[in-house]
Amino acid sequence: MASKAPTTGLQTERVRSDGTHESFLEYRNFYWLKIALAICGVCLVAYALIDVQPRHNGGSGYGYTLGTIGFGLIIWLTLLGLRKRSTSSKHWSLKGWTSAHVYLGLSLIIIGTLHTGFQLGWNVHTLAYALMMLVIISGIFGISAYSVLPERMSFNRDSATENDMVNNLRSIDEQLHEAAQPLEHRHAALVKESLDQNSFGGGLWRRLRNSYPNCQTRKVQLAIREELGQRPKKGDDPLEKVSLLLERKLATLARTRRHLQLKALLEFWLFVHVPMTFALIAALLAHVISVFFYW
Amino acid sequence: MSANSKSATFRVAIVGSGPAGLAAAARAAQLGLSHVLIEKTDHLSDTIYKYQKGKHVMATPAQLVLRADLDFEAGKREKILGLWDEQTAAQKVNVHYNAEVKAIVGTGDPIPDSIMRIVTRGRDGTNSTKEFQRNAPPYRLSLSDGSEVIADTVILAIGTQGNPNTMRCPGADLPHIQYQLDDPGEYIDEHIVVVGTGDAGIENALGLAEDPEQRNVVTIVNRGSEFPTAKDANVQALLAAQSAGRVRIQADSETKSVEPGFITFETRDGEQTIRCDRIIARIGSAPPRGFVEQCGIEFSSSDRLAFPQLSPVFESTAPSIFIIGALAGYPLIKHCMNQGHDVVEFINGNTALKPADEPILEAKFKNLPGKRSVSQWLEFLRTNVSILEGMSPLQMREFMLDSEARFYKAGETILQRNDPGSSLFAIAQGSVWVLVSPTDPSIRVPIGTGLIFGEVGLVSGRKRGATIVAAEDAICVEISRTAALRLQSQVPAAKRAIERISTERQLLQMLKSGLQREDLVEVMQDYEVQQIAAGKPVFSENDEGNDVYVIRLGSMVVEKNFKGKPVFLNYFPAGNYVGAMESIAGGKRTSTVRAAIKSEVIKLNGDAFSRLLAAKPELAKKVTEDTAERQNLSSLVESKKDNFANIVDEYSNVANFLIENGIGEATDVLLIDEKLCVGCDNCEKACADSHDGLSRLDREAGKTYAHLHVPTSCRHCEQPHCMADCPPNAIHRGPDGEVYINDTCIGCGNCQRNCPYGVIRMEAKPPKKPSLLSWLFLGNGPGPGEPSKSWSYKNADPTVEKAKKAVKCDMCSGIAGGPACVRACPTGAAIRVSPEAFLTVARLERETG
Repeated sequence: MASKAPTTGLQTERVRSDGTHESFLEYRNFYWLKIALAICGVCLVAYALIDVQPRHNGGSGYGYTLGTIGFGLIIWLTLLGLRKRSTSSKHWSLKGWTSAHVYLGLSLIIIGTLHTGFQLGWNVHTLAYALMMLVIISGIFGISAYSVLPERMSFNRDSATENDMVNNLRSIDEQLHEAAQPLEHRHAALVKESLDQNSFGGGLWRRLRNSYPNCQTRKVQLAIREELGQRPKKGDDPLEKVSLLLERKLATLARTRRHLQLKALLEFWLFVHVPMTFALIAALLAHVISVFFYW
Repeated sequence: MSANSKSATFRVAIVGSGPAGLAAAARAAQLGLSHVLIEKTDHLSDTIYKYQKGKHVMATPAQLVLRADLDFEAGKREKILGLWDEQTAAQKVNVHYNAEVKAIVGTGDPIPDSIMRIVTRGRDGTNSTKEFQRNAPPYRLSLSDGSEVIADTVILAIGTQGNPNTMRCPGADLPHIQYQLDDPGEYIDEHIVVVGTGDAGIENALGLAEDPEQRNVVTIVNRGSEFPTAKDANVQALLAAQSAGRVRIQADSETKSVEPGFITFETRDGEQTIRCDRIIARIGSAPPRGFVEQCGIEFSSSDRLAFPQLSPVFESTAPSIFIIGALAGYPLIKHCMNQGHDVVEFINGNTALKPADEPILEAKFKNLPGKRSVSQWLEFLRTNVSILEGMSPLQMREFMLDSEARFYKAGETILQRNDPGSSLFAIAQGSVWVLVSPTDPSIRVPIGTGLIFGEVGLVSGRKRGATIVAAEDAICVEISRTAALRLQSQVPAAKRAIERISTERQLLQMLKSGLQREDLVEVMQDYEVQQIAAGKPVFSENDEGNDVYVIRLGSMVVEKNFKGKPVFLNYFPAGNYVGAMESIAGGKRTSTVRAAIKSEVIKLNGDAFSRLLAAKPELAKKVTEDTAERQNLSSLVESKKDNFANIVDEYSNVANFLIENGIGEATDVLLIDEKLCVGCDNCEKACADSHDGLSRLDREAGKTYAHLHVPTSCRHCEQPHCMADCPPNAIHRGPDGEVYINDTCIGCGNCQRNCPYGVIRMEAKPPKKPSLLSWLFLGNGPGPGEPSKSWSYKNADPTVEKAKKAVKCDMCSGIAGGPACVRACPTGAAIRVSPEAFLTVARLERETG
C-alpha cells in the first residue's frame, strides 16, 4: 500500500511530524499511563502481601515508603508550573511533562489512599489527604475540560479572534449610536441602555454558565421588535435599522459570551487546582513534621 | 548652444539630492568644480525626508568606510537631515530647488554609430521600437520651472522611487490635487476625495476620517467594487469606516473631470458631481526607467529589475552621463555617498582612485593561494568561470561583494547532501566530485573548471541533493542567491547557461538509475521551461498527451474526478516529475495536475522520454515503480470513496484549504490542532522568551478549517517573498532551512510589506525582564511572554535608542531542543510539518482505519 509520500528527487526525509501528532493523553503511546498503572499495581499487590500489625497505617515501613513516594510526587507535580514557564534551549517537551503530570497525579489516588491505611479522622493528616483529593478532582475536571472544550471553542470561534469579536461589538455599538440619533427620545433612551451596559459583567458564575438574564440588549431588542410589529414596515424607518443592528449585536454577543464561557471553563479549575496545591503542600509539611515530632 | 537667456553652464550637473547626489555635489564643491545640484522638491533628500517622523536610519554595512564630504552615521531622520542641510550650506553647494529635469539632450555633434533603441511593450503584448541618434556632450537639461542648464557631464542620482502617476482628466493640473499626504491632521472642515484604492489610498482616507473633530467629509473613489490591490486588514478597516459613516466609498466610478470645488465621476448610472475641496491621488508611481532611456542610457536587459549598463567609473552608454545610487543598483546610503564622492573624483581625472569597497574585497581574497591584487582576482574569476564572462569590471566588484571565494583542499567537503542552501557555486580552478549515492561514495561524477554546481538550491530553495567534495585543490566562488539573480538579469547568456545546466542536473538527480549526461542529449534537445500561474493546470484529466513535466519551481497538486468532484490525490514540491504514466502506458491523462502556487515546469518531449525509457531498463523500472505508487494511491482513494465518502471529501477539502493558505509554497509550517488547543498561548510566550522577548507568531489569528488552524507564523516559503527587496540583503536561508533576518536589517519594512501572510513585525527589542523566579516569588517584571508595550516603555533605558527592526520566525535555529512553540505546547496541539509529509494519503488511511 502506498502509505508514504513518494520520495523522488530532491524531496528528502525530514525529522518533523508527519501529522501523526498525539495529544498529551496519548503521549508516546500512553507511556505514562502504563508507568502509573504499574506503580499502582505494585502498591496494591504489596498492600495485600505485606502483613502490617495491628493493621495497615502510615507509620509502617510500607507506609513510610508510600508516604515518601507520594511526597516526592506531589513536589515534582507542582514543578510543572515552573517547567511550563521556563523556556530553556534544551530538549524537553511540555506535552510529555503534562502527560506524566496527569497519569502520575492520578496514581496518587492509590498511593495516597493506601498510605492512609484507611485511617481517617479530624486531624492535619486527613486534612492533607482531603486537600490532595481536592486537587486531584479539580485536575480530573481539567482533563475533561481539555479534552472536550477546545473543539467547541474552535467551532464557536470560526477563525475570528477574541479581538475581532470585541472590535466587531465596538463597531456595532458605534453604528447603533449613529443610528439612534434620528429616533424619538423614548427609543433613543432604550438604545442607550443597551450601549451603557457592560454586556459581560456579573461575575464568574454568570460567565461560567453563560447566562445573562439582565442583558439589556435582549430586552431592548424585544421591546423595539414588539413596537415594530405593530406598525407597517416602511423600509426606511430608522427604528428598523436599529432593530437590525440590535439583532447583529445579539448574535455577536452570543458568540463572544460563548467564547468567554469556554475560555473561563478551560481556566477556572486552575484557580482551584493551583491554590489547593499550595495549601496541600503546607498541610503536607505540617503532616510530616508532626509525624516526626510525635514519633 | 541654446540662446535661452535662462540657461547657465556648468562643468557638472547633478540630478537628485539624495545621499548619492548630495555627496557628489559636496565633492564637486570641495574640488572647486562649477556645479549645480538639481532637486525637484523644496528640500534635500526627499526619500529620507518622507520617512516617518523620528525614524531611526541605519548605517550598514558597518565595515564600509565612509569617504564622502558629508557626515553620516546611524541616527534619527531629523538629525541626519539637519546635519546634511548644515554641511551642504557650509560647503557652498549650489542647489537648484523646485526643479524637475524633464529632458537631457546632447547638444554636440551626432556620435557616429551611436543609436539608442527603446523597446516598449504595449499592454497587448506587442513590442514597438523607437530609435534616436545620440549626440555628444555638453548636455542641455530642460527643467520643469522653465529654465535650462548646460553641463559637460551629468550625474544622475534620481533613485528608483520614480514619480507618482498623475491624474489625466480635464482639470488634472489644478492646485488642489496632491499626490502625497504628510499629515492627515492638517485638514479640517473639508470635502476630500481620495483617488485610488491601493493601501496608500485607503490608509490616507482612513487617516483623514479618523478624528470626527476634524469634520472632514472623506470620499474614496474605486474603479470597481472590490479592492484587489489592498491588504485585507486595510479593506476591513475601510468597510468598517464606511458602515460607521465616516468614509464614503464611491464604487464603480472613474474621475471624469475636476473643477475648483467639485469633482465629476463617470458611474454606471451616468455622471455624478460632488463637492470637493481637495483631491489626494494615490494611483501608483512610474519607475524612472522611461526617463532614463530617453536620455540615451541603455539598460542591461528588458527585465523589470534590470539596472543601467555602466562602466567601472559609473559612466552610462550615453557618454559623460554617470549614474550612481539606487538607480545604479546600490540601495544603501553609505554605498551611495561613497559613489557620489568617487564619481566626481573620476570626472575630475583621478583615475588611480580605488573604490571604497576595496578593503572588503581584499579581505575576501585574503585566504586564497597565489598573490593577486583585487582587480587581478576579479579578472581571474571572470575569465575562468564561464557564466561570469559577460560581466563588466564594475559588475564583478558588486557581484563579489555578495559572494565568497574559497579555497578547498583535495578531498574537502564543499557542501553536504540535505544541507539547505540557496547559493550557487562556480569552480574557478580545479575540479570537484559529486557523490551521487548517499551510501556509496565511490559513485561519483566529476565537474570541471569553469562550471557551476549547487544550482538546484538556487532555483528551488530546497535542500542539497548530493554531497560535493573537491577532487583536487580547488578555488570555488559561492554566489549568494541575490548575486545569482542579479547576474541572471544582467547577463542573459548566464541565465540560459544556468537554466540548461540546472535542468540537466535536475533530471540526472531525479531519475538517478545510473544515467549519464550523454543519455539525456535527446531529451534535452527541445525541453521547454513553462510558467504556470497558481491554480492553473499543467494538464487535465482525459487530455491527450504524453509529455513529461518536471517541477522546477513551486509545487503541484494532483487531482482526480470522482463522481464529478475533484478529489485531492497528492502534493508534489519542486524536484518531482508528473505525467510519466502516460509516457509509459500511453492513453489519456488519468488525473489533473495543477499548480498550487506560481510554478515553473520543464516540459520534456514524451516520445523522447519513451525512447530513453526503452534504452535504459533500470530507469524504466524506477519510473514504473514511481507511477505504480501513484496509481495505488489513486485506487486507494477510489476504494475509500465508496465507503467513506465524507472522510475523503473532508480530506480533499483540508488539503485544498491548506494550499489556499500558502502551505503549497511552505517548507516548514506551524499548524495547530484546535481539537487540542486550550488557548493558553504558551506557544507565543515560549517564542517571546526564546527570542529577545518578542513573539514571532500570533496563535489566534489566521484561518481554520476542520479544526486545523494555520496561525500567523512564518511558512519559510520555498521562494521567500520577503527576500525580494531587502536593501542590506539581510534575509537568508539558514542551516535548518529557516528563512531568517540577520543583524544588518535597516528596518525599512520592505519585507513586512512583501510578505503575503503578514508574519513579519517591525519592533524594537524590549528591555530585559527580571528572572522567572523573581517574578514567581516576588512579582517582579511582567512575567513570561512578550512584555506589554507600556511595561517596555516604562522600563526602557532612555539613553539608548533602539531601532525598530524586522522580526520573524527563525524556526528556533541554534536552539538545541528545536522550535520552542512546539516544545512548549502542553497538549500537543502545535505541530510543525513540511507540506509534502503532511499532505499525504497516510492521513486518510489513519482516519478510515
